[in-house]
Amino acid sequence: MAPSVDPRATVNAGETSATYGPEVADLFSEYAFGRAWDEMFVSSGVTRPAYDAVITAVQSLDADELRSRADGLARAFLDRGVTFDVGGVERPFPLDVIPRIIESAEWDLVSRGVAQRVKALEAFLADVYTDRRVVADGVVPQRVLITSKYFERQAYGIRPANGVRIHVAGIDLIRDEQGKFRVLEDNVRIPSGVSYVLENRRATMQALPELFAEVRARTVSDYPTRLLQALRKAAPAGVSDPTVVLLTPGSFNAAYFEHTLLARTMGVELVEGRDLVCSNNTVRMRTTSGEQRVDVIYRRVDDAFLDPVHFRPNSVLGCPGLLTAARAGNVTIANAVGNGVADDKLLYTYVPDLVRYYLNEEPLIDNVDTFRLEQPDHLAEVIDRLDELVLKPVDGSGGKGIVIGPQADKAELATLREQVMADPRGWIAQQVVHLSTVPTVIGDRIAPRHVDLRPFAVNDGDDVWVLPGGLTRVALPEGSLVVNSSMGGGSKDTMVLDKPRRYGLLGYGDAVEGPEEAEETATVPPTHVSMRSPDPGPATQQSQQQQQ
Amino acid sequence: MLSRIAESLFWIGRYLERADDTARILDIYLQQVLEDAAVEQMACRAMFDVMGRLIPEDDSEVGVSQVLQLLAYDRKAPSSITGALVAARLNARSARDSVSSEMWEALNLTFLDLNEQRRRAERVGAHRFFQWVRERSSLASGVADSTMSRDEGWLFFDLGRNIERVDMTARLITTRAAGGSSGPSWTTLLRACGANEAYLRTYRGRVADRTAAEFLLLDRLFPRSMFFALSRAEECISLLDRSAQGRVGTEDAARRYLGRARTGLEFRGVEEMLSDLPGHLESIQSACAVATSALGTRYFPHAVIEWVGKGA
Repeated sequence: MAPSVDPRATVNAGETSATYGPEVADLFSEYAFGRAWDEMFVSSGVTRPAYDAVITAVQSLDADELRSRADGLARAFLDRGVTFDVGGVERPFPLDVIPRIIESAEWDLVSRGVAQRVKALEAFLADVYTDRRVVADGVVPQRVLITSKYFERQAYGIRPANGVRIHVAGIDLIRDEQGKFRVLEDNVRIPSGVSYVLENRRATMQALPELFAEVRARTVSDYPTRLLQALRKAAPAGVSDPTVVLLTPGSFNAAYFEHTLLARTMGVELVEGRDLVCSNNTVRMRTTSGEQRVDVIYRRVDDAFLDPVHFRPNSVLGCPGLLTAARAGNVTIANAVGNGVADDKLLYTYVPDLVRYYLNEEPLIDNVDTFRLEQPDHLAEVIDRLDELVLKPVDGSGGKGIVIGPQADKAELATLREQVMADPRGWIAQQVVHLSTVPTVIGDRIAPRHVDLRPFAVNDGDDVWVLPGGLTRVALPEGSLVVNSSMGGGSKDTMVLDKPRRYGLLGYGDAVEGPEEAEETATVPPTHVSMRSPDPGPATQQSQQQQQ
Repeated sequence: MLSRIAESLFWIGRYLERADDTARILDIYLQQVLEDAAVEQMACRAMFDVMGRLIPEDDSEVGVSQVLQLLAYDRKAPSSITGALVAARLNARSARDSVSSEMWEALNLTFLDLNEQRRRAERVGAHRFFQWVRERSSLASGVADSTMSRDEGWLFFDLGRNIERVDMTARLITTRAAGGSSGPSWTTLLRACGANEAYLRTYRGRVADRTAAEFLLLDRLFPRSMFFALSRAEECISLLDRSAQGRVGTEDAARRYLGRARTGLEFRGVEEMLSDLPGHLESIQSACAVATSALGTRYFPHAVIEWVGKGA
């Protein structure tokens, strides 16, 4: 039961809806507004309508209660093993108790924009590893492709069974100072983080049940089913009941928790390289009843370690012969080898053109304004303005190597200048974007922290499905713009609002699917008449008999 | 089922049971030392011997603190309680997708709590630590029983658990057999196995060495008796070995070893057993060891192909 809101504190007026009561004023008392777009507040004390329910839920708690719920969350993650490894130590991934809300209409735009981008990149990869029309037509220069660190010649001419190379994509979005979503980068190799989306929802539902009684969020629990379906559809031709496996580098990998969660929820084997054998262009896994044929490998091992025959010869994380088996069409590797050419940060600047070229559409979500440093005029300007821009290595991930100009000191900028001059192809430069902020529990207070959003898209060959919400990462240090978990980032549950829930009958947890079902549920009387009372056992029966 | 996962499950079963049984053995031994401080040296040396650990070099004192350090709190040695719990959790982590979530949580929580429990034990005595270990392993074991499908994975887990139980019960009884009159009494042993009440009920309170030995070695109904655990292990193996419809003998090597040990118990009778108890116990223990390696050969092959390209 949600607590009643002090009527004096509530106003309903268009864009803004609620001011908060005295308790919240306390928790938010030091809430500072910066240049960034705040997703909860329009200005001090005035919230956006999407966050009404969040405010109400937080309002019902005092600082102690809020902190004890936050502690409970952290403990639950450690117990369940929801961790990532930093230097060999398992740490829980910090989850903030206050979720991030995205309105339904806004999400529709985001999900269409993400799907559009994935389709364009998919078409691009198919082109790059076959005819290269895109080069012939002058959309992307040849040199951009072949100088990409993750362009793999070995993948040339491999045609995946259902044409899909990007089975799973994670497109990183941010909201700029005007509240507009922009694409920050594409991840089409082995994007990770989806397990936190699933776990965050589960944990937040337990930590903040008041909220889930009030609003309906679109469910995220379909993800494993969707992924499995896409992987099965990607099976080699003629295989009617494919065996899908998830290939993990092993339990010391930072994302091992995610691998186990996906394998468990999809009901597929979690294999390591040493469990696989290749011969006669087929892949098999060692089981207690002999070797069993494998048809689809959802691999979470990087290209470089996947197949020692073609890549690093000393790798023991993969299995010799995989790529040859894939080329022979006997096994599907998902995501495909060589996808990295599509998420190279220099190529990123060409993606809007790719959308126009392949899909004949205008991009629904814009890029962040980016300089191509291999072009002399861009380079000259960037070198001039290093202290105002963000410089990123094109092949970096996890926030590694990023230099934020305004936050760097002279020595760092000098080193950077040398590095950029020596290898302009290795860097891109972007305007500093103040990522939007969302209230986050920091100690006893609630303070704004910068966030990004990684929606996950699954391509099954017929359609690109985007998981509602995605992973919201939070930069926990004050003022920090780097959200990566290895750099002190946390995360938040990301709720995409559905229609408002009219009946709080199911309590929290059971999000009802579809409006029709909600109607039906609403007509069921809230009593449990059909329940059989539990068997009372011999003692009670005896006393009843005595009473008779 | 993947061989690697099967092996992990087998060892989770073994490590869990080992932690449980080692806690039981240490508990009764240390209680004995508490009652009679004069036997500390001897009891502790016997302890190391029974657990198959080398007695620390030189002729320094071997006392309770060494026993606790090496057999209870050592994180590195898989024959210590803590080491076994750490190893069980590590195995569960590498077989995370095949172990039920509740099972994993039970093991992980135990692991996370180890340091705290040790600190507490240093304040309030090791008995509490042993009690906690017994509770945690019972919990994990029980959760496995109630949340794992009775498929191959569970059979490997149960097999590991029962082989370890046979081995550890043999060690426990050896403490009596080797210690002679100075060792723990049969009642103490029964209590360590949680068998005292079942025993008293079965024999209507007539306590005697012979019947106590009979109960721990040969009882068909009590789950910690050697006969029971051996039979269960054998049953697991025969369920795993679906091809075993042979006309001649028994194909599976592990089953042959365990079956031989089991018949040795079953058809030898308690008098004959007692005449050379240490010898018989040792042969059962070695049957467990060879059976384990036979299982490894058959179900968990470790043929890792190392690929080294021509240029490397």
